[in-house]
Amino acid sequence: MTSMALLEFARGPALWASLAVLVAGSLWRVAGILRLGTTPDLSEPRSTRLFAGAMRGIFARMLPRVEFRLRKKLSFWNGYVYHVGLAVIVFGYLPHIFFVERLTGLGWPPLPEPVFFVFVGLTFVSLLIALVERLTDPVRRLLSSFDDYFSWAVVLLPLATGMIAIHQSYAPGTAPAPPLDPLPLAIHLLSVELLFLWLPFGKLAHAFLVFASRGVTGAALTRKGAAL
Amino acid sequence: MTERARSVLEAAKAPDAGRAVREFVAQAGRDAAFQLEACVHCGQCADACHFHRVTGDPRFTPVYKLRPMLKAYQREAAPFAQVKEALGLAPPEVTAAELHEWSELLYDSCNQCGRCTLACPVGIDIAGLVRLAREGMAAGGFAPSDLVKAAERSLDTGSPIGVRWPALKRQIELQEQETGLHVPVDAEGAEYMVVLSSIEIMAFPEAIGALARIFRQAGATWTIPSAGFEATNVGVQMGSRDVAAELLSRIVEAAERLKVKCVISPECGHAYSALRWEGPNLLGRRYGFEVVQIAELLDRFVREGRLRLRGKDARRLTFHDPCQLVRRGGITEAPGRLMHGVSANLVEMPGSGAASFCCGGGGGVSAIHRAEALRFAAFESKKQQIDATGAEALVTACGNCRNVLEEAIEHYGMTLPVLGLTELVAQYLEPEAGAR
Repeated sequence: MTSMALLEFARGPALWASLAVLVAGSLWRVAGILRLGTTPDLSEPRSTRLFAGAMRGIFARMLPRVEFRLRKKLSFWNGYVYHVGLAVIVFGYLPHIFFVERLTGLGWPPLPEPVFFVFVGLTFVSLLIALVERLTDPVRRLLSSFDDYFSWAVVLLPLATGMIAIHQSYAPGTAPAPPLDPLPLAIHLLSVELLFLWLPFGKLAHAFLVFASRGVTGAALTRKGAAL
Repeated sequence: MTERARSVLEAAKAPDAGRAVREFVAQAGRDAAFQLEACVHCGQCADACHFHRVTGDPRFTPVYKLRPMLKAYQREAAPFAQVKEALGLAPPEVTAAELHEWSELLYDSCNQCGRCTLACPVGIDIAGLVRLAREGMAAGGFAPSDLVKAAERSLDTGSPIGVRWPALKRQIELQEQETGLHVPVDAEGAEYMVVLSSIEIMAFPEAIGALARIFRQAGATWTIPSAGFEATNVGVQMGSRDVAAELLSRIVEAAERLKVKCVISPECGHAYSALRWEGPNLLGRRYGFEVVQIAELLDRFVREGRLRLRGKDARRLTFHDPCQLVRRGGITEAPGRLMHGVSANLVEMPGSGAASFCCGGGGGVSAIHRAEALRFAAFESKKQQIDATGAEALVTACGNCRNVLEEAIEHYGMTLPVLGLTELVAQYLEPEAGAR
C-alpha cells in the first residue's frame, strides 16, 4: 500500500468505521447502564428542583470547593492544563476545523498559529507529567490498570503524530496545501481513529459519563438539601 | 421481616463470596452504575479522606474501597460484561479472602461521612456507594462481628447496647425529678413523638430533661414511646436493609399507634439519615407523619417565637458539624443559627460546615473495637480543626459524635468539654414559673 493509499484509507473507510464504533459503542454503554433501572425515592424531598440540582452538579464540579483546592499539588492543576489544551488543539487548529467542516459543514475561526503551538507544547508536557504522576503517586498507581495507561497512550498518540504531521505553516483563513508526504498525516488520522475506537470502552468514556455521574449525584444531594 | 433480618445475621456464621457478589450486583442500579463507570482514577478523594490523610495508606483511598463491588458489577452487569468475558478480559472473580481484607476498608476506615463525595471531580457519591457495598458485605457474611452482634442485640432488645424500656423509664423518672416536669410516655395524639439513641439514654440522659423544658416552653404536646423508642439503626451501619427495615418499622409502628404528627429524630446523625432518608425506601411506603431532626425543630421554634432564649454562654465555643446532618442530611443552617443564639463567643473551625472533618466514629466505626486505634488516628484531622479555634468547649448535635469526641479528647490528653446542642439551648431558655 502506498502512502497516498494509506491516507485515503484513513480519510475514508477507517474514519467512518471508527466513528461508527464510537457512536454505537457509546450508545451501547449508556443504554447498558440505563437498562439497570432505578426505583423511585419515597422519602419526602426537601427540594423538588432536581433538574436544576443535576445541572448545578454538572457545572459546580468543574471547579472544586475551596476546601479541596490542592493549590500546591501539581496533579491538581495539571488535569486542567491537558483538558483545556486538548480542547484548544482539537477545535482551534485550522486543519482540524477544515476536517470538521468537511464532515459537518460547520466551521469557525482558528487560533493564531503561535498560540496553537504553545498549547501543543503545554499539553504534551502536561500529559507526560500526568503519566509520571500516575506511576509515582502511590494512590494513583494503586488505582491504575491497563485501561489507564492505554487510555493515556491513545490520547498522547494523536498529539505526537500530529506534531510530526505539521510540516508546513498555513495562512489563516486558507486551506492548507496538500501534504508533500501523505504518510505522517495518514498515521495521525489512524491514531485519532484508534482513540475513537477505544473511547466508548475504557475510562475515556468519562467524556460523556461525567455528565451523568455529576447529574445523578447533584439531583440526589439537592433532593436532601445537601451541599453540592 | 424479623426472620429475614435474622437470616442476614446468620450469614455471618458462614461467609460466602458468591452471596456478596450477587448483592453487589443487585445494588448496582442505574445511578450507582453511572458513578461506578465514571471514575477516572484521579485519586482526589484520597486527599479528602481523613483516614488516608493521617495514615498515608493508599488502600484508604475512598474509591478503592469500592473495588470488590466494582469488580462484581464489571463481571456480571456492566454493558460490555459478556463481551469482555468472551474475550477473556473480564476482571477476576471476587474472592472470600479479598472480602475479608476489604472488611477493614469498607467498615473500619470509612465513616460514610461523604467528604470524598464532595471532593470527587466526576461527582461520584462514594459514601453512598460504600453504603450499597456494605449491603453486599453483610449479605455475604463479611460485616465486622461487632456490628453483627450489635444488630442481634437490636433485634432482641431494641437497642444495640441492650437498653430496654425499664432502663429508659428509670432515666425518665430521674429527669422528671431533676426538672420537676412531666415526661409524657405513650401519649396518644401528641404532636411530636421523640425517639432517642441508646448513647443519649445512658450517657447523656439530661437530654430528656432538656426536651421536657423545651416542649413546655414551646407549648407543644409530645411523647416518648415505651416501645419503638430506639433511634439508632445498626442495620444501616452494617449494611443490611432487612435489619434496618425491621428496626425502623418499630418506630413507624409506634408513631402510627400513637397517631403523632411528627417524629423527632434525636441528636444522632445516622439515625436521622436512616429515619428521614432511607426509611420510606426500606419499608417501601411513604410515612403518614413528618420526620424532623431536633436541631431543625429547635430552630423552627426559636424563629416562630415559641422558644425564648435569654443570656448566652460566654465561653469560647466551637461547633462540630455531624456529617449525616450538615453534609449529607441537608441540615445546613439550623445548627449555626442556634449556636449564634446561645453563644456570645462562637468561633468557627477552619473548613467548618459542609466540608468539615468527621469525628472518626461515624458509620458504625465507633462500634468496631478492632478499629479503635485507627479511629483515634483519624481524629488527628478533626483535632487540627478544633485546635485552630482555641475553643474552651465543643458543641455538637449528635450523641455518637459527642461520645467519640470525648473519647478522642481523652486519648489525646485534651481538656475540652463536649456539650449537646439541645441541652445548651435548654440551658438558655427564658426561665418559666414552676420550672427548676
